[in-house]
Amino acid sequence: MEHAVAATPAWAVLAYLAAGVLFILALRGLSSPESSQAGNRNGMIGMALAVGTTLVLHPTGLPLIIGAIAIGGGIGWVIAQRIQMTAMPELVAGFHSLVGMAAVLVGCAAYLNPAAFGIVDAEGSILAVSRVEMGLGIAIGAITFSGSIIAFLKLSGRMSGSPILLPGRHVLNLGVLAGILGLTAFFAIDATAAAGQGPLLWIILGLSFLIGVTLIIPIGGADMPVVISMLNSYSGWAAAAMGFTLQNTAMIITGALVGSSGAILSYIMCRAMNRSFISVIAGGFGAEADAGGAKASGPAKSYKAGSADDAAFIMQNAESVIIVPGYGMAVSQAQHALREMGELLKKEGVSVKYAIHPVAGRMPGHMNVLLAEANVPYDEVFELEDINSEFGQCDVAFVIGANDVTNPLAKTDKTSPIYGMPILDVEKAKTVLFIKRSMGGVGYAGVDNPVFYADNTMMLLADAKKMVENIVKALNGGGH
Amino acid sequence: MDFLSILSIFVLAVFVGYYVVWSVTPALHTPLMAVTNAISSVIIVGALIAAAAGAITEGGGLSMWLGLLGVVLASVNIFGGFAVTRRMLAMYKKKEKKPAASK
Repeated sequence: MEHAVAATPAWAVLAYLAAGVLFILALRGLSSPESSQAGNRNGMIGMALAVGTTLVLHPTGLPLIIGAIAIGGGIGWVIAQRIQMTAMPELVAGFHSLVGMAAVLVGCAAYLNPAAFGIVDAEGSILAVSRVEMGLGIAIGAITFSGSIIAFLKLSGRMSGSPILLPGRHVLNLGVLAGILGLTAFFAIDATAAAGQGPLLWIILGLSFLIGVTLIIPIGGADMPVVISMLNSYSGWAAAAMGFTLQNTAMIITGALVGSSGAILSYIMCRAMNRSFISVIAGGFGAEADAGGAKASGPAKSYKAGSADDAAFIMQNAESVIIVPGYGMAVSQAQHALREMGELLKKEGVSVKYAIHPVAGRMPGHMNVLLAEANVPYDEVFELEDINSEFGQCDVAFVIGANDVTNPLAKTDKTSPIYGMPILDVEKAKTVLFIKRSMGGVGYAGVDNPVFYADNTMMLLADAKKMVENIVKALNGGGH
Repeated sequence: MDFLSILSIFVLAVFVGYYVVWSVTPALHTPLMAVTNAISSVIIVGALIAAAAGAITEGGGLSMWLGLLGVVLASVNIFGGFAVTRRMLAMYKKKEKKPAASK
């Protein structure tokens, strides 16, 4: 029986290649905010090209297909319009799970109808190399799916962010991983599997769903920026594996781009927390937070507390203010009030800048989006390495909802769990204004911050949003 | 295309990805994740093939429905991912001289 599928025509190969190049340009556009929107358009054109080419090559069953695109597209569009910017991490995690599931579905469909994908030999058996790609693609897709679901549940607060530690989890995970790889190898040489029969692929699928869950549940909330980047990477590798099966250049180029992108972001996030990737994946961070937190107990240290009026007065009379926002600012939705405060200070002739630590939000670049949404111009927002040297010359460092990322113990105390983490040197500013809900709580890492008790620090103990609104009132009332 | 040519494209694309992604400004890392999400949904190509082939091959029914479900999921991602990226990017504005917001 002849199953060979006609080779893809040259124009289509070129069209897929062009789509791949457009995706590269889409990412290239993100090198600056000016070119980013054009980049995003390139991405859309590339996607339209890839989908259009496929539909022309396979022009059957169109009514159902167009219906499916309309349903999915409509849902996606509505979600994109309604989503809050603070909810972006869980949205991205949710989207990752869809890519993972789509990869699983494509893999299963190819296994059930291999002739349609042109991956059978003259006897109608599935090619061995295709079985390896299929097995890996389905495994990575399934891990991406279930892992992203857990990340989504944790990020959206539907599941506790604290690590869930199963007994013997490292042995369990390594065992399951070895099982997946072993079965994939067996899947490639097994004659029953070649005929498209037997339960092997379904066992691989089940194990992969399982390991996705057991890999992510022990990882604590503070490490979620790494997890979400890692799952981003996985979704790319899943697409690449399917691209090998389909011999499709658009999918392979995209998979490689997305895979490296997620891997680089994971690396940047790990570096920003001075954690090794392995220790993040091993999980458990935040569970034994008392490691260095013991210092927090002991005799109560004295600190200076101030009011909104004091803060307004100090900043009005400053020449330069650097605002250090952390996730606590986003939680209390203080970004709009904060931008208003910045505007008022600028009107008084104060230089205002924002300093962003890489892990200030819940995902890479999250804080920048939140400030952009509040209409803070992006050229007033600086990354850690670009602004850190300026704290020494600035009059006021205004810390709002950030803690660990300003803790100088990271530079000096080798026993601290955050030792070695790059921090914003707020303590070098002439005055530090530190907004904090109360003196009780400590940051994610559970470490006390000596900046609270420094002579040049004034603690502003209140809800971040209320405090900033009161400062705005004081600036409006006190000024002329 | 044989396996080795595909592998060559893949390896080169990993290097392109590496250098392109390092040139992305950290301020745009969230849009980067959103747009990579959208483009990784190019996996829709596989779902489309399954859905289209199911309509003409005998016994391709289950494969077709899996493909169609894949098309739905990937479409959520494509439209959602590009739209939310566009929404985010539109927020990034430069400093401009404008009348201060009145209270």
